Amino acid sequence: MLLIECPYCGERSELEFVYGGQAHIARPKNPADFSAQEWTDYLYQRDNIKGVHAERWRHTHGCGRFFNALRDTTTDHFITTYKVGESPPAALNTAKVGP
Amino acid sequence: MQPFSGLSLLRRGLSGQRGWTQQWRRAQPKAAYDAVIVGGGGHGLGAAYYLAREHGLTNVAVLEKSWIGGGNTGRNTTIIRSNYLFDESAALYDHAVKLWEDLSQVLNYNVMFSQRGVLMLAHTVHDVQVFKRHVHANRASGVDNEWLTPAEAKAFCPPLNIGDIRYPVLGAALQRRGGTARHDAVAWGYARAADALGVDIIENCEVTGIQRGSNGAVEAVETTRGLIRTPKVGVAAAGHTSVVMKMAGVQLPLESYPLQALVSEPVKPIFPCVVMSNTIHAYISQSDKGELVIGAGTDAYTSYTQRGGLHISRHALEAICELFPMFRRLRMLRNWGGIVDVTPDRSPIIAKTPVPGLYVNCGWGTGGFKATPGSAHVFAFTIARDEPHPINAPFTIERFRDGHLIDEAAAAAVAH
Repeated sequence: MLLIECPYCGERSELEFVYGGQAHIARPKNPADFSAQEWTDYLYQRDNIKGVHAERWRHTHGCGRFFNALRDTTTDHFITTYKVGESPPAALNTAKVGP
Repeated sequence: MQPFSGLSLLRRGLSGQRGWTQQWRRAQPKAAYDAVIVGGGGHGLGAAYYLAREHGLTNVAVLEKSWIGGGNTGRNTTIIRSNYLFDESAALYDHAVKLWEDLSQVLNYNVMFSQRGVLMLAHTVHDVQVFKRHVHANRASGVDNEWLTPAEAKAFCPPLNIGDIRYPVLGAALQRRGGTARHDAVAWGYARAADALGVDIIENCEVTGIQRGSNGAVEAVETTRGLIRTPKVGVAAAGHTSVVMKMAGVQLPLESYPLQALVSEPVKPIFPCVVMSNTIHAYISQSDKGELVIGAGTDAYTSYTQRGGLHISRHALEAICELFPMFRRLRMLRNWGGIVDVTPDRSPIIAKTPVPGLYVNCGWGTGGFKATPGSAHVFAFTIARDEPHPINAPFTIERFRDGHLIDEAAAAAVAH
């Protein structure tokens, strides 16, 4: 079980959280202008990264708030967590991908 | 290839099991092939076998980054069934069940296919309605499936506790043609048969890049054992499909999750069938070795770790202990995880890709083993003819754009 650091409440066990999928997927500003392919990309396409992944979590059984995290999907090690609205830390692009 | 027969087994038995030869060659990569399969699991090895046997394509290599059958083929809970809801799925999975039925004879390799019946338990009114709908849909499309009352379910599987639990058994759907097979034997049987037809099976050979020509078509794959030129690449890399396809610039609607399984200490034959419970989430059967094989769920988050959290296994074991109180004192021997690639509609993708010469067989999620022969068979057709077989024609990448989803979330059984 993972130990996850909520930016508001501190470290808590994974059972208190709900996973929210890949982070930083912007909802289309002009949905009517979106093509079928753009909708597909928005709804279904995910990076599915083997390495450092920016993702959303919600501290459902705690403060109830969403936040973002960087986690290495080859080790499940959390690199950092940060609040919604903040840009992903530089570690997203520079962190080494695990073996 | 030395064919197996009762006589050959007897002869070797009497001579101290000496004189058996290697079941397949330890092939070295050649500079070029007519087709390359990426991924030496059941689906990949099977595709190579059908390419050679049915399409005359024998200059084929299967590239496996570790050892064959060491990924999800060797990590699943070996359950085989075809009781999916929609016509497209019923056709695909039942194609597989039909191929399973004589696979041991066709491959001359005992895959220990046992049609002991798959019992899917209903614990709520909603379960009952959904499963009855499945039963009717299956029967309408020629797939066997029947509804059992709780007492009938108990008669079919005597260890089952139908009453005295938090979510009592309200009935069950039974597919008698379903069952199990020996998963390792499936990989080995296909490898041996493909090798005999000239296919090179190359282990410890990881694909690190896919080269494309000026027209965009596939020209070669870069591997840890050198460059291999080929006009056709079929990717059957399960949880690592996204990683491999990215090398050719193709993104797919996939997410990779760890799915766990575990086995108990071996005991005498006690469990007659396969039982699955979607609602309280556990599935169980007994291997011929005597171990109870138990399937747990996926973790909540994407990962490539082949582990998964212990609380997931614990949850499955709690359900097993409720349903089968006699197993409460059994010890668990091993647990492990496999990385499964899940599509948004829980149905696979077996299709051509936007890149000419590149084909993909992925998205089997938590239930790919059961489909191995059928999937391999239609994938080989797709690669050889550069067009889908009628059975896999609906399982395109474009269905997500065009809205032709095949939503099998309810039939997939594993909650995710």
